[in-house]
Amino acid sequence: MAPEPPLLSMSGITKSFPGVRALDGVDLDVQAGEVHCLLGQNGAGKSTLIKVLAGAHQPDTGEIRWRGEAVTLRSPIAAMRLGIATIYQELDLVEHLSVAENVHLGHEPTTAGFVVRGKAAKESTTALLKRLGHPEIDPARLVGELPAAQQQIVSMARALSHDVRLIVMDEPSAALDPDEVDNLFRIVGALTAAGVAVVYISHRLEEIRRIGDRVTVLKDGRAVANGLPAKTTPTREVVALMTGRNVEYVFPDRPASPPPGEPVLTVRGLSRAGEFEPLDLEVRPGEIVGLAGLVGSGRSEILETVYGARKPTTGQVLVDGKPLKPGSVRAAVRAGLGLAPEERKAQALLMLESVTRNVSVSSMSRFSRGGWIDRGAELGAARTATRELSLRPDNPSVPVRTLSGGNQQKAVLARWLLRGCKVLLLDEPTRGVDVGARAELYAVVRRLADEGLAVLLVSSEVPEVLGLADRVLVLREGRVVHTAPARELDEHRVLDLVMEGSPAS
Amino acid sequence: MTQPVSPPRDSITDKVPQDRPTAWRGLLARTDVRTLSLLGVLAVLVLIGGITKPDEFLDTRNLQLVLTQASVIGVVTVGMTFVIVSGGIDLSVGAIVALASVWATTVATQEYGFAGILFTAVVVGVGCGLVNGVLIAYGAMVPFIATLAMLASARGLALQITDGKTQIVTVPSVLDLGERDAYILGVPPLVLVFAVVTVIGWLVLNRTTFGRRTVAVGGNPEAARLAGIDVRRQRLYLYLLSGLCCGIAAFLLIVLSGSGQNTNGNLYELDAIAAAIIGGTLLTGGRGTITGSVLGVLIFTTITNIFALNNLQSDVQQIAKGAIIVAAVLVQRRTASTT
Repeated sequence: MAPEPPLLSMSGITKSFPGVRALDGVDLDVQAGEVHCLLGQNGAGKSTLIKVLAGAHQPDTGEIRWRGEAVTLRSPIAAMRLGIATIYQELDLVEHLSVAENVHLGHEPTTAGFVVRGKAAKESTTALLKRLGHPEIDPARLVGELPAAQQQIVSMARALSHDVRLIVMDEPSAALDPDEVDNLFRIVGALTAAGVAVVYISHRLEEIRRIGDRVTVLKDGRAVANGLPAKTTPTREVVALMTGRNVEYVFPDRPASPPPGEPVLTVRGLSRAGEFEPLDLEVRPGEIVGLAGLVGSGRSEILETVYGARKPTTGQVLVDGKPLKPGSVRAAVRAGLGLAPEERKAQALLMLESVTRNVSVSSMSRFSRGGWIDRGAELGAARTATRELSLRPDNPSVPVRTLSGGNQQKAVLARWLLRGCKVLLLDEPTRGVDVGARAELYAVVRRLADEGLAVLLVSSEVPEVLGLADRVLVLREGRVVHTAPARELDEHRVLDLVMEGSPAS
Repeated sequence: MTQPVSPPRDSITDKVPQDRPTAWRGLLARTDVRTLSLLGVLAVLVLIGGITKPDEFLDTRNLQLVLTQASVIGVVTVGMTFVIVSGGIDLSVGAIVALASVWATTVATQEYGFAGILFTAVVVGVGCGLVNGVLIAYGAMVPFIATLAMLASARGLALQITDGKTQIVTVPSVLDLGERDAYILGVPPLVLVFAVVTVIGWLVLNRTTFGRRTVAVGGNPEAARLAGIDVRRQRLYLYLLSGLCCGIAAFLLIVLSGSGQNTNGNLYELDAIAAAIIGGTLLTGGRGTITGSVLGVLIFTTITNIFALNNLQSDVQQIAKGAIIVAAVLVQRRTASTT
């Protein structure tokens, strides 16, 4: 008898987006009844791969075989018909519909083709929830009223309401308490026992050890290891596979000794319930302090709370020893803080406006008298600030939306440069910036620091934090697990810390 | 597209930016397409008016009447344009005009003469704007809902004040301004006020920090907040401004009609929004021009005038207006996608 072909076999999958090759010839084999884990750093291509599998993205090249037969997944519905269900990290439920309505959304049991049989829907939902170990969830309740963990169960019930052969779970444990994680694993065990395959994505190595059968590691859009045994492959080896890079970033030199002087930014016991635990940190003029951690570790939340865009539960932020009014962006800006936020287009830029107006928006009082803007002075100042950062094109009158990602980031930095801020908060400063422009941006940030600016940097890219910062705080789930000078850390160690939570020896 | 090669940088010539001409050209090209197309529509309308009713339409008196009629809604539209550019909406403008016009023409108010009427109209307008602004900016109410509530309440209050009766103005100095042959600096007084409001509105939107903040709040409120702009205060000011414009418009309406009525300003909100939209203001905020809005007002008023001269019913007018709004938005979307 010929060996059974794998349930799913993807080979040579490539997918490009403008400016990025997200997948570069990825292979993935999944057997019926196994838990196949996908590992990789942010941006390694995991999300793109599962979207291809879910029919949400079409691959540029490559072949997908389902039980040995070549298939095209033209749409999410096509994937669903084959028996592939995906549970995304951001749950895709309709909050104002009931549990039962969500579970059967798009394939409601009907009479005469359009009259929804509510009772039948409720009964089958109850059965599904029971199978998932959550009989206490009322199928009639609105999904919006349920806690996140239960919403996830509903999402899973929806997946199971189809005749499912393969379930993709994208970081299902990220929002769960330990008990809930145990229940999740029970469900996964029951599914695989029934012959269903699970593709499981997680950042947490210990979870992969507990439930995984095999591991595929993605890095820079390629599968660097296929089907490693999940329980026995040493952590070191996995981390090495995840981090071994082809692209070496060029980072500017650090000053030999830490800059002297009193801290300009002091954070004392700052916390936000449910987001991050009390945090202390200091940043001196000329110093770059980095926060390293994965998505969900509370990095952006910390930065936005320091900036006053979120109100802290406890603690305070001091600039030059003076406490800031909590939860007030205006107080922070007045005291000399500037933020380059993570979502540049949504949070920083006025996309319909020129570079000049984007740069001058925080310093308008400097070019105006009695509210009247001196546009010559404004243009001149914007020009000086953008030239100092070598923003291209060298014409601040062009619309900001025509700039590349790196130059848009420079426009945001120019805004704070013009304002004369003392502390720069950088949230994922190179997101959406292509590799070539990154080195230049790093050099700009280091130069600003050398000129006396204090910089607090947040990034999910560990090499970026290690390369650019003087001092690094490693975060895991809202808690600082380690602090050290950047030169005493390496990427493996930081990844051990953010994934295992304790310094591995 | 090739990037123009900038001349070698030189410390002396560098003071004057070299790219200014191209920036100007870009700006002109952009604004001109919109403004020119609106001017074109207006010209076509004048042509139609001139052909169908050559003697009556092109008569100086008639053209004056068109401008005078445009003045009241025009002033309201200037305020509305600011609100829409900031990403908001003010549905209460018509009702505020009604309330301000009847409050300013009560027997008690008229005892204070010209100043009393003007003052009351403006204060009532600003007062209503204040309520809108506080509810929206600090009460976190959706502008649509808050101003809808104001629409209902202000109309109700106007009816209560008048008891449904027309309040005749007896102050001669006010009535004089509305005479057919009243001129200030060679233009009818109402038209002069409209022109002044337009010019001030243009300057405020384009040349002041207030205008910049308005655009920033409308274009990206989160970015504006994180850039250190007091978004809530700006929103409050914008509804105050809209209320102020309604107060001024109410006074113009009192002058024009010699009376105050609770039915004044009926559906002004729709006319003002429509004029702003065909003038190129984005309903989602972040972009809009006073010039465009004023041209929008003139286009609508001219249509009304031509239809009236040709004895066409107002139902046909309404249909034509609707068609123009749709056509204008479609044309703008095409020009926006090609640039």
